[in-house]
Amino acid sequence: MQLTVWTYEGPPHVGAMRVATGMDGLHYVLHAPQGDTYADLLFTMIERRDRRPPVTYTTFSARDLGGDTADLFKSAAQNAYDRFQPQAMLVGASCTGSLIQDDPGGLARALDLPIPVVAVDLPAYQRKENWGAAETFYQLVRTLAGPSAPAPGRPRPQRAAGVRPRCNLLGPTALGFRHRDDIVEITSLLAKLGIDVNVTAPMGATPADIAGLGEADFNVVLYPEIAGQTASWLQRTFGQPFTKTVPIGVSATREFVEEVARLAGVDASATLASASTRLPWYSRSVDSTYLTGKRVFIFGDATHAVAAARIASDELGFMVVGLGTYSREFGREIRDAAKRYDVEPLITDDYLEVEAKIAELQPELVLGTQMERHIAKRLGIPCAVISAPVHVQDFPARYAPQMGFEGANVIFDTWVHPLMMGLEEHLLAMFKDDFEFKDGTVPSHLGAGHSSPVADRPVQVSVSESNIAAVWAADAEKELHKIPFFVRGKARRNTERFANENGVATITIETLYDAKAHYAR
Amino acid sequence: MNVHVQGCPVVANDLPKPVRRESGQREVFCGLTGIVWLHRKIQDAFFLVVGSRTCAHLIQSAAGVMIFAEPRFATAIMEEKDLAGLTDANDELDRIVVQLIARRPDIRLLFLVGSCPSEVIKLDLSRAALRLSQKFSPAVRILNYSGSGIETTFTQGEDACLASLVPAAPPTRTSEDQLLIVGSLADVVEDQFIRLFDALGMGRVQFLPPRNTAGLPEIGPNTKFLLAQPFLADTARALEDRGAVRLAAPFPLGVEGTTAWLRAAADAFGVAPALFEAVTQPYRIRAERALVRYRDLLGGRSIFLFPDSQLEIPLARFLSRELSMHLVEVGTPYLHREHLAEELRLLPDDVALSEGQDVDLQLDRCRAARPDLVVCGLGLANPLEAEGMTTKWSIELVFTPIQGYEQAADLAELFARPLVRRAKLVA
Repeated sequence: MQLTVWTYEGPPHVGAMRVATGMDGLHYVLHAPQGDTYADLLFTMIERRDRRPPVTYTTFSARDLGGDTADLFKSAAQNAYDRFQPQAMLVGASCTGSLIQDDPGGLARALDLPIPVVAVDLPAYQRKENWGAAETFYQLVRTLAGPSAPAPGRPRPQRAAGVRPRCNLLGPTALGFRHRDDIVEITSLLAKLGIDVNVTAPMGATPADIAGLGEADFNVVLYPEIAGQTASWLQRTFGQPFTKTVPIGVSATREFVEEVARLAGVDASATLASASTRLPWYSRSVDSTYLTGKRVFIFGDATHAVAAARIASDELGFMVVGLGTYSREFGREIRDAAKRYDVEPLITDDYLEVEAKIAELQPELVLGTQMERHIAKRLGIPCAVISAPVHVQDFPARYAPQMGFEGANVIFDTWVHPLMMGLEEHLLAMFKDDFEFKDGTVPSHLGAGHSSPVADRPVQVSVSESNIAAVWAADAEKELHKIPFFVRGKARRNTERFANENGVATITIETLYDAKAHYAR
Repeated sequence: MNVHVQGCPVVANDLPKPVRRESGQREVFCGLTGIVWLHRKIQDAFFLVVGSRTCAHLIQSAAGVMIFAEPRFATAIMEEKDLAGLTDANDELDRIVVQLIARRPDIRLLFLVGSCPSEVIKLDLSRAALRLSQKFSPAVRILNYSGSGIETTFTQGEDACLASLVPAAPPTRTSEDQLLIVGSLADVVEDQFIRLFDALGMGRVQFLPPRNTAGLPEIGPNTKFLLAQPFLADTARALEDRGAVRLAAPFPLGVEGTTAWLRAAADAFGVAPALFEAVTQPYRIRAERALVRYRDLLGGRSIFLFPDSQLEIPLARFLSRELSMHLVEVGTPYLHREHLAEELRLLPDDVALSEGQDVDLQLDRCRAARPDLVVCGLGLANPLEAEGMTTKWSIELVFTPIQGYEQAADLAELFARPLVRRAKLVA
C-alpha cells in the first residue's frame, strides 16, 4: 500500500477516457461501480466540455455481485451501441471492475456487434493515467490501422512527385495541458513548411481516421507519454519515421522545424528566417535583467518538465535548482536533463516529498502542476503551471499554446507574470524603508487579499540536519528584516546553514554578513 | 403559496404516491465523497480511505482539485502485491497507519474508510480498527465504515460514518430526556438552533457528529433525536438500537420545514404552544419576508431534480410549497419511506417521483420536458447548459448552510441565481 494525500495521476481507465473523450465516433463501455462516474466531471467541469464523455458505466452494486454482473455488462454494451451508434467501441474495467473478473472483451465479442470492439486491459493496481492513455491509444491504432499494414519487409512506397508531404500529429487527448491549442499552432507551423496533416489523433479523430494513419509519410509525436508506444509501432509496421523533438521553447521549436523538414524532404530555411517570436527580445530587454539567475524549481510530466528546464536555463537565464517528474516511465529522460543543470533529479509521485524538496531549496519561482501551485502558495513562492494535472483555470478561454513560436510567447508571459517586474523589484530594494513599500509587499498586480509570503519563516524541512540550530541574536534578526522579503527566506536559510556548518551558536550581524559573503553569487 | 406563518399543522393527503424505480447507469458520487465535508466538520478527525488510485483521484476531484493544502484525509492505495497476497494487507495497513499518525500527531479520531475494492476483496476493516485501537488507545480512537460505491451513494457516506460513531458514544448520565440533533450542519446553523432550543427552554442539546471527538454525545433510552438530514437510515437504526427514539418530522428546510421540525422537538419536550409561537414567530416572519423576492423570481417556474444527495424530496417540498415552483420530476437515489413520510405527505398529489437512476432515460425525459431549471450533479451540468437548459449543481446544496430560518432565503437564492444569470447574459 502507498499513503497518498494528493495524486498526480488518476487510474489507467481515466487515461482511456481521455483518449475516448478526445475522439469522435468512439464509445467506451466501462465495467465499474457507481462512484466511478465521478470521472465525468473532470471533463465537463474542469475542462468545461459541453458534452458528456462518451462513456457508459455498468454501475454495478453490492447486490449485483451475488448475481450476474456479466449480463449487466452485456446489456450496458448493447444499450450503448443502440443509443450512440459509434463507429467503434472500447471496452474495459475500472479497478473494482477488474476484481470481479468478468472479461469485458469476451462479453463484448459475444454480442457480435457490427463494429470493431477494442478491449483494453489496464492493470489498475500497477499503472496510472498516462500509461492507460498510451496503452489505449496503442491498442486502438493496432486494431483499427493494423488491417491496412503492408506485408512485412515491403519498403514504404515513394511519394509521387508534386504531392505535398503528409504527417500525423500524435498524442493530444482530452484533459491534456493546452493540447487543444498546441494542435492549432503546430498544424499552422507545418502548413508554412508545406506539410499537410493527415490525421491528428487521438484528439479529433474518428475510428475511420485512425484506420488511415498509415497513409502519412511520417509522424509527429507531440506528447511522448501518450504517443511514444504508438509511434514506435507505426514505424515498425508502416515504416513511418517519427519526430523526437518536442517543440516547446524557441530553440526546441527551431530544431523541430529542421527535424520535420528533414523527414518531409522540404526546405526549412524560409520558415526559420521568417519565424518571429518575442521571447528572445523580451528576454534581452533591460527589464528582464532581474531574471538573471533566479532560482527555479521544476516539476511536472517529463515532456513539459524537460522543456521547461531548457527554456528556463537557456532562454530566460534562470538557474534550475530542482527538476523532477511524476512520470516514472520517463525517469531516464529526466535524469539526463538533470545532469545538464547539475541538479538531483526528483522522480516521485509523492506530493509530500515534492513539498519537502521545495521548502528545502527555497526557489524564487516554481514551475509545476496544480499540486505545486498549492505548495508554492503555502510557502509564499510565485508559481506558474506548466503541466497536468491542472485546474479549471488552466483551460483558458484565450488561445494559449505551449508549443511553437507563439507557445514561447505564452510561456514568457505566464512564467514572468507571477514575479515582480524588474523595475518594481529594484524600487522595492532601494526604497524599502519608504512607507509605501511596506514589509511583506507582494507583486503589485497580485493586489490586496493575496496571501502574504511566508517564505521568510524558518522552514522545518527534515530531521536530517544533525547540528543543533543556531539562535538568532535580536539585532541580527532585526538586520535580517531589512533585507527585502523576496530574498529574506534564502538569506535566513543560508545564514543558518553557514552558522551550523561553522559551529556558530548565536547568529550575530557579523554572521549574517559572513554568510552573505560566503554565498555571494 | 400555501404556507402559513401561524404554522398550523398542514392537512395533506396520506395517499401513497407512485414511485418510478429505475436501475441503470447512475451519475451519483459514491459515499467516499462525504469525507469532503465531514473532515471540515469533525475537526480532529482524519479519514484514511483504504482503496485504489481511483478513490484517491475521486476525493481530490470532488474536493475541487485541492482546495485544501493540508487536508485531513488521505488514501492508502492498494497495489498489485496487496491483492496477490505477496504482502499481508493487514500488515500493510498497520504500517500505513503508523506512518500517518507519526506524521499527523494532531489526529484524535481516525476513520478507516472502506471502498469498492476493499469491500470486494473483503478486507476486514472493523478488525483492523479494533487491532489498531488497542495499539493507539487512548491517544487515538480508530473507527471504520464503508463509503464504497457498491454499497453507498454520495450522502450515505455520512450516514455510514455517523453510524460508526454511535457505538463509541458514552451512555447518558441522567434520566432526563435529552435532545440529539443528528446530521452534519454548518457550525453557524448549529449555533442558531442552539439559541432557539435555549429560548424554548429545552435544556442541553447535543449534536452528532460533534465538532470535536471529545464532544461525542451521550446516548441512551432517554435520548430523543431529530434527523437534520434525510439520508441517515443506518445512523437512526444504530441510535434506536441504543434505545434512542426518533422524532418524526419534516426536515428543517424552508420556513415550513424548520417550523415543523422544531415543533416536533418542542412537542416531545412538552414546550407550551404559546411559548413555541412566541419564540418562533419573529424568525418565521423575518424568513418569510426574505423569501418574497424569490417567490416572484421562481414562482410558476418548472424544475427537474436529478437524483444526487437524497435532499431532493425536502427540497421539492420547499420549492413547491414555499416558492410555488412546478415539480416536473423529483429523483432521489434512495427513498426512505418512513423517514420521509412527513415530507411525502406535503408533496403535490401528481408529483412524479423516481428512485434510483438510468441516466440516459432520465435525460430523455428531462429534454422532453424542457424545465426552466434542472438540479443535477457536476457531470451533467455543463452538457445540459450547452443544450440550453439552466442548471443548479446539486453538490452545492450539500456544502452550503441551507437549514433553518435564517438560511431559507439563501436556499432559494441557490435556485434563483442560475435563472437570474441566464436572463442577464446576452452574448
